[in-house]
Amino acid sequence: MTTTLSPDARVKRAPGRRIVLHVFLWIVALSWLFPLGWAVLNSFRDYAYTAINGYVSFGGFTLQNYVNAWRQGDFGLHFWNSAVITVPAVVITLFLASCMAFVLARFSFRFNLALLGVFLAANLLPPQALLVPVYRMFRAVSLPDWLSSSGSLLNNQLGVILVNIAFQLGFCTFVLSNYMKTIPAEIYESARVDGASVTRQFFQLTLPLCRPPLAALATLQVTWIYNEFFWATVLLQSGDKFPITSSLNSLQGQFFTDYNLLSAGSVLAMLPVLVIFFALQRQFVSGLTLGSTKG
Amino acid sequence: MTAEPTTAPRPDTGSGGAPPTPASARKNRVRKLSGADLVVVTLMTVIPTLFVLVLIWFPAIASVLLSFTNWNGIGPLNQIKGIGFTNYVNVATNYPPFWPALRHNLTFLAVLFLIATPIGMFLAVLLDKEMRFSRFYQTAIYLPVVLSLALVGFIWQLIYSRDQGLLNAVLHTQVDWYGDPNYNLWAALVATSWRHIGYIMLLYLAGLKAVDGSLREAAAIDGATEVQTFFRIVFPVMRPINVIVLVVTVIESLRAFDLVWVINKGRNGLELIATLVTANVVGEASRIGFGSAMATIMLLISSVFVVAYVSNVMREERRK
Repeated sequence: MTTTLSPDARVKRAPGRRIVLHVFLWIVALSWLFPLGWAVLNSFRDYAYTAINGYVSFGGFTLQNYVNAWRQGDFGLHFWNSAVITVPAVVITLFLASCMAFVLARFSFRFNLALLGVFLAANLLPPQALLVPVYRMFRAVSLPDWLSSSGSLLNNQLGVILVNIAFQLGFCTFVLSNYMKTIPAEIYESARVDGASVTRQFFQLTLPLCRPPLAALATLQVTWIYNEFFWATVLLQSGDKFPITSSLNSLQGQFFTDYNLLSAGSVLAMLPVLVIFFALQRQFVSGLTLGSTKG
Repeated sequence: MTAEPTTAPRPDTGSGGAPPTPASARKNRVRKLSGADLVVVTLMTVIPTLFVLVLIWFPAIASVLLSFTNWNGIGPLNQIKGIGFTNYVNVATNYPPFWPALRHNLTFLAVLFLIATPIGMFLAVLLDKEMRFSRFYQTAIYLPVVLSLALVGFIWQLIYSRDQGLLNAVLHTQVDWYGDPNYNLWAALVATSWRHIGYIMLLYLAGLKAVDGSLREAAAIDGATEVQTFFRIVFPVMRPINVIVLVVTVIESLRAFDLVWVINKGRNGLELIATLVTANVVGEASRIGFGSAMATIMLLISSVFVVAYVSNVMREERRK
């Protein structure tokens, strides 16, 4: 009896249920946005005003926090440092991952599967567990002055770039090789018959066909490497080499912290990723889920 | 930083692309390569592999080996002496922060796994329907995923601060949420979950979209409720996503480092194994063997999940 009734009952109940669902989701969505909104709001407020009236008040709006944060946090320099690390790291990671994925997808070596395993597992190891040897190794490498003012890979942005590449290669290789496996082998066969070398096949066939996953991975990698905190913090010891993400700590006073200033600094630091997020949201989301579902 | 969310793919069996090349057709293709091509292919393989071997696998193995030595990090390498399990014994019996750190790591794992991950999944189920504002809801919830955990730590400071934080203003309390060892682990967990839930929701939304709609229809015709359909049919079908979510959750909880480091460098109630390792290596008193012993423990914990995950992927790869 109940089963025959249920379709009718569902139709009648539907509007009520839908309203409850929407109310619930609005509450969740707004509370999710709240911490961010709170930071943005207070970044525009005068510290003296909020210190007297408390944060649960209205007024004292100013842009001064941004001016101060930019100056005190030396944001120009640190944005530049972030770019110096992120751009080469992303470009090299994607290029090397494409090379590796091409070989994995296209040729059947005996070690093919094992290699994939080596790359994939490497991506999952906790970075702190590798710190001791990487730290010592980087300190031991001596470099000429034109490559490094510190004389080694330690305290040198090149070192951070190299570690980032190594850590991101596994994920990118995996995603790309899965994509490349869907490229029909016949295309390569006819290219081969036409006398195209492996290099030409790679640059003129494979890479153009892989534009969608490369775009998604590039978006994702820029975000991740820009956000990378651990390696930059421990491998670069002098503050003037820090990228933005690691340099924010300098806005935090030892005895006194101006939270409005800190908010302004945080908002500045998150601007690039927010721009990426809103401009390239589809790329970002598909990058994150690319690996996890088909296509 | 954030766990590099290694979402790893389900094989594309029958995803509309070309059928996977049969292994037999691919065999021996290498032999057909000319000399120049062979050089190119070798370079394409060797350079990326060297990166991973030199910067990840070698350090991982070296960490394990160093953990059995007394190296202080300064003396020449040939003076390293093996001292068996002494470092491990010292870590376990002679180093007060170790057990709390391990407990905190497990708390992170438990909270993310038992609370944050199910919430993310629940939100994904709610949002996996055609409805108004769906895009807004989704965007709001996964917005924190683009932020670094370090930044998340800063943002929440405005809420947690003792003198000026919103939470104390609302509750009329005087708690230093990030500083008080009774509360700070939970405060950090809320901030982490804020980001983790969005991430998990995103993964499950993708997973749910891939579930064949006819499965649900069949269940509905058979009179199954939505809840029954989800747990008996949809959830088991999403097994590949479940595996990824499990791995992401474990790795994130092991890497909670960033957030805790910006709060107070992992002291006073926020010790984690990762912060202890870092403090022992980069800090004033660098005790290499000792730090390596803890690093090895970290590797051991994560390797259980890494091995399970990678072998799962390889099994599916081989099936192709």
